[in-house]
Amino acid sequence: MSDKYIARSTEIAARLLGGEMMIMSAVDSTLFTLNETATAIWNAADGVTPLREIVEHQVCQEFEISPEAAYQDALSLVEELAKHGILLVSDQPTAPQEPTP
Amino acid sequence: MSSLMAELEARALKLGVPLSVQLDVTYRCNERCVHCYLEHHDDRGEMTTAEIRDLLNQLAQAGVFFLAVSGGEPLLRPDCLELIAAARALTFNVKLKTNAILIGQDEAQRLRALGVETVQTSIYSHRAEVHDGITGVGGSLERSLAAIRFLKAEGLKVTVTCVLMQQNQGDHAGVRQLAAELGAGFTLDPTITPYLNGDRSIVALNISRDDLQQVFRNPDLVGNLEEFCAPPPPVNDDILDGFPCSAGHSACYISPYGDVYPCVQFPLPSGNVRGQKFRDIWRNSPQLKEVRSIRARDLPICSQCGHVGSCTRCPGLAYMEGNMRGASSVDCEKAFVRTGIPLAKPR
Repeated sequence: MSDKYIARSTEIAARLLGGEMMIMSAVDSTLFTLNETATAIWNAADGVTPLREIVEHQVCQEFEISPEAAYQDALSLVEELAKHGILLVSDQPTAPQEPTP
Repeated sequence: MSSLMAELEARALKLGVPLSVQLDVTYRCNERCVHCYLEHHDDRGEMTTAEIRDLLNQLAQAGVFFLAVSGGEPLLRPDCLELIAAARALTFNVKLKTNAILIGQDEAQRLRALGVETVQTSIYSHRAEVHDGITGVGGSLERSLAAIRFLKAEGLKVTVTCVLMQQNQGDHAGVRQLAAELGAGFTLDPTITPYLNGDRSIVALNISRDDLQQVFRNPDLVGNLEEFCAPPPPVNDDILDGFPCSAGHSACYISPYGDVYPCVQFPLPSGNVRGQKFRDIWRNSPQLKEVRSIRARDLPICSQCGHVGSCTRCPGLAYMEGNMRGASSVDCEKAFVRTGIPLAKPR
């Protein structure tokens, strides 16, 4: 089964505020906040861990949701963030990104 | 302010997080603007590269998101781009405030590569003799405009700020047009503030009441006139329980010498990061606690004024007039000129 690999863009500003991540895209200055689940996915976006594995560890273990439903939700989220240049999505592992403080 | 931004601001306030910090990395400058509130000699020893890098780490840990790097002219520091790189590695949203005359193509490319969100530059006039007369540097308009073109060519967001004073009072339309031609944003600032040391002599450069009225009646500058010039809302408890601005609440200012103030326009010494951790100052400074404690109902003059619900009162300017709980006369003037309603009208 094919998978996706996600990496945080270096062209963003980000900071954790009360458990939720604020992110501003340097591409279009759009401001986002991620809820705790999306923040967990964001924090795990190292470019080398498959998205399914991230979802399994960060989402399915926290919430009662089927792996496939959780994966589809996560895929929608990362595709939306990718449109704004916040996440880089690839079919192959990519170089690890700098950790977000 | 967007609704999401307002939401973040509210959350930062609730959590006691300093969302925004202006960090001046030097007071030295290569221009000598007639209205500048700073003295430009470095007589106390600016923070070193290592000190600022450490401070940036502390600011990130404290939750600072928006970082304005300013001065003086920040690019006079040879390590300025290194410091911006360090800030970006910590994922700050970085705004650079610069006169831009040291920015060539290479610097513009580097700023773009570093992911600086906005570069803000003051342009006082579209006429070189006026702009250069204000900066005291021949050729400065030409150099700043060349820099803006380099920055725009790299795809950076640039904001042109026109500080209005008697010398350039008729030139804001020309600057606005110039900014549009350059693809830059435009903001107008009609307020000249006192020197940080309290000397008020430069306040005399402010434009006259009549000229301010013309600005406030120009929809190109203020937007919806009906909204902008609307009478203040009736005073209620929500208004009296409010506080004037984010200074000291979710924002602060740090000087090149490590002094922490509530805001760049509010020079109340609240601690120094050379002797204390930033987070300790932010949480425990008696001065910041006092600023945070003040509500509109605690202001002896303003709480009795009908404008209290919509006044742009700057507590820092009030402080520089001698009392942080007092009125800020510049803002009193603005409230009157904006609405035509007399000041301190008893409720």
